[in-house]
Amino acid sequence: MVRRQRVKSRYSIIEVFVIGKGKMLNTLTLSAVVGKLERLECRSQDVVQSVLDAIRLKDDRLHGYLTVDAEEALRQAKATDEARAAGRTGRLLGVPIAIKDVLNVKGQPCTCGSKILKGYISPYDATAIARLRVEGAVFLGRTNMDEFAMGSSTENSAYGVTRNPWNPDCVPGGSSGGSAAVVAADEAIAALGSDTGGSVRQPASFCGCVGLKPTYGRISRYGLTAYASSLDQIGPMTKTVADAALLLQVMAGGDPADSSSLSVPVPDYTAALQKDLKGMTLGLPREYFVGGLHVDVERRVQEAIEVCRGLGARIVEVALPRSREAIATYYIIAPAEASANLSRFDGVRYGFRAAGAEDPIDLYKKTRAQGFGPEVKRRIILGTYVLSSGYYDAFYLRAQKVRTLIRRDFEEAFKVCDAILSPVAPTPAYRFGENTADPLQMYLGDIFTVPVNLAGICGLSVPCGFTADKLPVGLQVVGPALGEEAILRVGHAYEQATQWHQQRPGSPS
Amino acid sequence: MTAYRVTIGLEVHVQLKTQSKMFCACSTDFGQSPNTQVCPVCLGYPGSLPVMNRAAIRLTVMSGLMLGCRINPTSKFDRKNYFYPDMPKNYQITQCDKPLCLGGGVDIEVDGKSRRIGITRIHQEEDVAKNLHYAKWSGIDYNRAGVPLMEIVSEPDMESPEEAMAYLLALRQILLYAGVSDCNLEEGNMRCDVNISIRPEGQKELGTKAEIKNMNTFKGVFAALQYEIARQTEVVSSGGRIVQETRRWDADSGQTFSMRTKEDAHDYRYFPEPDLMPVALPDVLVAEWAASLPELPAQRRERFAREYGLPEYDARVLAADKAVGDYFEIAARGSPNPKAVSNWMMSDVMRTLSEKDISITAFTIPPDALAELVGLTEAKAINSNTAREVFSIMLTEGGRAGEIVAARGLAQVSDAGAIEKVVDQVIAENAKVIEDFRSGKAAAFKFLVGQVMRLSKGKANPQIAGEMLQRKLSN
Ligand SMILES: [Zn+2]
Repeated sequence: MVRRQRVKSRYSIIEVFVIGKGKMLNTLTLSAVVGKLERLECRSQDVVQSVLDAIRLKDDRLHGYLTVDAEEALRQAKATDEARAAGRTGRLLGVPIAIKDVLNVKGQPCTCGSKILKGYISPYDATAIARLRVEGAVFLGRTNMDEFAMGSSTENSAYGVTRNPWNPDCVPGGSSGGSAAVVAADEAIAALGSDTGGSVRQPASFCGCVGLKPTYGRISRYGLTAYASSLDQIGPMTKTVADAALLLQVMAGGDPADSSSLSVPVPDYTAALQKDLKGMTLGLPREYFVGGLHVDVERRVQEAIEVCRGLGARIVEVALPRSREAIATYYIIAPAEASANLSRFDGVRYGFRAAGAEDPIDLYKKTRAQGFGPEVKRRIILGTYVLSSGYYDAFYLRAQKVRTLIRRDFEEAFKVCDAILSPVAPTPAYRFGENTADPLQMYLGDIFTVPVNLAGICGLSVPCGFTADKLPVGLQVVGPALGEEAILRVGHAYEQATQWHQQRPGSPS
Repeated sequence: MTAYRVTIGLEVHVQLKTQSKMFCACSTDFGQSPNTQVCPVCLGYPGSLPVMNRAAIRLTVMSGLMLGCRINPTSKFDRKNYFYPDMPKNYQITQCDKPLCLGGGVDIEVDGKSRRIGITRIHQEEDVAKNLHYAKWSGIDYNRAGVPLMEIVSEPDMESPEEAMAYLLALRQILLYAGVSDCNLEEGNMRCDVNISIRPEGQKELGTKAEIKNMNTFKGVFAALQYEIARQTEVVSSGGRIVQETRRWDADSGQTFSMRTKEDAHDYRYFPEPDLMPVALPDVLVAEWAASLPELPAQRRERFAREYGLPEYDARVLAADKAVGDYFEIAARGSPNPKAVSNWMMSDVMRTLSEKDISITAFTIPPDALAELVGLTEAKAINSNTAREVFSIMLTEGGRAGEIVAARGLAQVSDAGAIEKVVDQVIAENAKVIEDFRSGKAAAFKFLVGQVMRLSKGKANPQIAGEMLQRKLSN
C-alpha cells in the first residue's frame, strides 16, 4: 500500500512529459519503455495513455487500427502498475502491444479483416498472446490487414485501407499493413504481425520499421487464424532489432497445442546482439540482383551491403536458382491449404450469417458469397482447383517437389554463408490502386520474401534508407532454420552503424 | 432363370474407447447434455489446431494386430473436404493413402463352412457432430465431433447377408476382446457403410455397386442387404441397369432410397493435413504393443478345451463373450473341477443373465463365490438341490456359500448313524411301497430315497442314503 502511494505521488502526468527530455512515451522503443517502467520513471497508464493520444490524433486518417479498447487498455495498465507496486515482475509488464487482427486474444474481436468474422469475439488466447500476457503485456488494439492475410497492400481489408505514414497516398504494404503503419507512426510501442509469404517483412520495409519472420515452428501457431498452415508464422514488428529480439524471446519455444512447433531450446537472442560482424560471411543471391529492381531500392541495398562489409563481414555470392519458381509454387500451396482452412467460415457457429437461407447449403453459399471479399474468393477457387481430382498431381504434388528443391537451394547456400542479404521487395510502397487491377503484378512483389516461407527458414527486414521520394527501403537478412541469432546479430550491427531506424515520418497532413 | 452372385463389402466405423477426443482434450462421455463437451478445437474455431491422441493410435494399431494387419511404419493424416452441418471445419481429418493398418482378415463360419473375409485397411479419423431435427429447426450437438473413430474397410469378400452378419459379429467379438471399443450399437459405437453388387453366375467382373450409408444396427444391415439383393436382381433380370449410387436405408418402410448418384458424388480433394506430423511407428513400439495383446476368441476357445478339459461346445460358448470367458477363468482357477464350473455357467448363470437381461459384468455373484459354491458341491458338503437353493440365496441376498450353508444348517449329512435313523423310519412307515419295490417296481425305490431326503430336509447325502436303503431292503 505504502509503495503504491509513493509511485502515484512521484509520477504525475506532467512529470511524464518531462522524462525523456520532452520525448513522448509513445515514440519510445519497446526496450526503452521496459526500462522506464522498471526504473519507475513512468507508469504503464502513462504509456498507454500516450499511445491512445497518438491514436486519437492520427488514426482517423492512418486507419492502422480496426478496434481500440481504450477503457480496457487503461484498466489493464492500471492493474499492471498495481502489480508492479506489489512486487510483480515481468519482461513486458505494463507494455502495450498492438495485435494484428488475425491473432486470437480472449474477449476481443478477431475479424481477420473480413466481413465473415464480423461480431466474432474470441473465446481464447493464442499461445503467443498467452506468453506475452504472462510477462505482463497490455493488449490495446487490433490492427488492420488484408482479408485473411491474403494480400500485400492491406487494400484487401473489408474495413477500409490503411495509409502509409510516410506518404498517405501510398499503401503500407501487407498483409500486416496495420501493424507496420502504427509502429512507424508511433501509434504503438510494438506490434505483432503474421507472415505467410512476406506479410511481416514487406510492410515493415514499406513503412520503415523492423519485421521478423521466425523459422517455421519457432513460435506456436495455436490461435493464429490459419491462412496457409505450412507457411504461416507469427512475427514481431518493432522500432528496433533489439525490440524484435525481446518479443521473439518471450514468444518462442515449443507448444504442445501446436504439433508443428519446434521444441528445441530457445537461445538468448538479446545476448546474440552483442556480437559484431567480424568473422561472419554474408551471401548475395546472384538471381536477386538482376533487373526489375527499383533503382533506389537497389542502391540502398548495395549501400547496406557495403556497410556490412565495412563492419567486418565477408561478402560472397550464392546461388538460389529455384527461387524463380517460388511465386508459382507459393500460389499453389498457399491457396490449396487456404481453401480448406477457410471452409469453417460457414455462418453456422460464429461470425457473419447471411439472412434468408433456405437450407444449409444455401446458408453456406449466401454467407460465403456475402462474407468473403474478391481476393479471398479468388484464392479459395484457385486452391479448390489445384486440389481437384485429376489436377492434384500436376499442381499440388509438383509444387511440393519444387518446394523441396527451393529448400535445398538455401541449405546449399548456407554451407558457404551465415546469412543472406537481399532487398525485401523489388519496389518501395506504391500508390493505392496501382497494383489492384493486376493480381499477378501484386504477387510478384513477394518474390524475395516467399522463398523464405517455402523453405521454412527465418528472415528479417531492417530499414536501410529512403528513395528519392522519401519512401522507406528495407534490407532483408535471411538465415537458416533456427538461425534467428545470426540474422538478429546482422540486423542489430547494421542498425547501430546507421541512423535509418531513428527517422520518423512527419504527421500525415 | 439366371442365378446371380452377390458381392458385399463393408466399411465399419468404430468409436474407440479413449478418455479424450481424437484431437483435443474434451471428454468422450456418451449421453451428456448437448454441446457441453466442446472446445475451440472440436468446434473448429479460428486459429485452433489439432493435437493427435496417442491412446487412439495405440487402440487402432492393437485392432490391426488382432486382425492380422500389417502396421504401416509411417502413416499420415489428410484432410477430406466437404461441406455438411455436422462438420465443424467442413473438412474431416482422416487418412487417405497411408493408413495405420493394411491387410488382415476375419474368420467367419456360416452353415458349418469356415471362410476368411479379407480386410483392406484400417484408418484413423474423427467422428462428426450429431444433427438433431425438430419440427421447425435443427440443432447440432458437437459432443460427438472429434471422437476417435477407426474405419475398418473389408475386401468385397462376402457373398450373402448371412456372411455379412457373421463378419460383423466376429469383428465385434474381436474388438471387444481387444478392449478397443465398447461396440455398443445403441450408443453408435459401431456404424457401417455397405457396398453391394450382383452379377450373373459365371461373369468375372463385379457388377455396379450401390452404397448404403450409415447403418447403425446389424439387423438393419441384414434387412437392407436382403432388400437390395431383391431390388438389384429385379432390375437386372427385367433388363435394367444398376446405377452407381448412394442409397439410404429406411427401417420403417424396410426399403432403400436413392440419395445421390455418381454424377453428383463429392470430390473430396484430399491433401496431407499440414497441422499434424506424420505418425512414425517403430518396430520396437509395435512389438511392445503386440506383446500386450489379449488372445483372440479362437485361441481362447482352444485353450479352454486344452487347459480346463472342456468339451468343444462348452469352450465355444464360454469364449464367445470376453467378459463371460474372463468370469469363467477366475471361477475355474478357484475350483477343483472346471467342468463343474462350466456346467454352472452354462445352465444357472446363463439362465439368470437371460432372465434378468443383463450382461455378466452386472451379475451379482462374483466368480470366486461361484467357485466356492461349486467347491462345496464337489466336496459333497451339500447336495445339488441344496446348491441351487444356496445359489438363489446368493443371487438375491448376497453372501458366501460356506456362510449360508453354515448359518442355515444346510450341510449335507454323511454321518451313517444319522442317516440310518431316517432310513429306518422310512422303512417302518412305507410297508406298501416296500412291497412294490420287492415286486420289481423301480420307481418305488426312487420314492423311498425321496422320502429320506424329505425327512432329512434335503441334507442327507443321497448316495449314502441310497446305498443304505438298498442294503437294508435286500436283507
Ligand atoms: Zn474439444
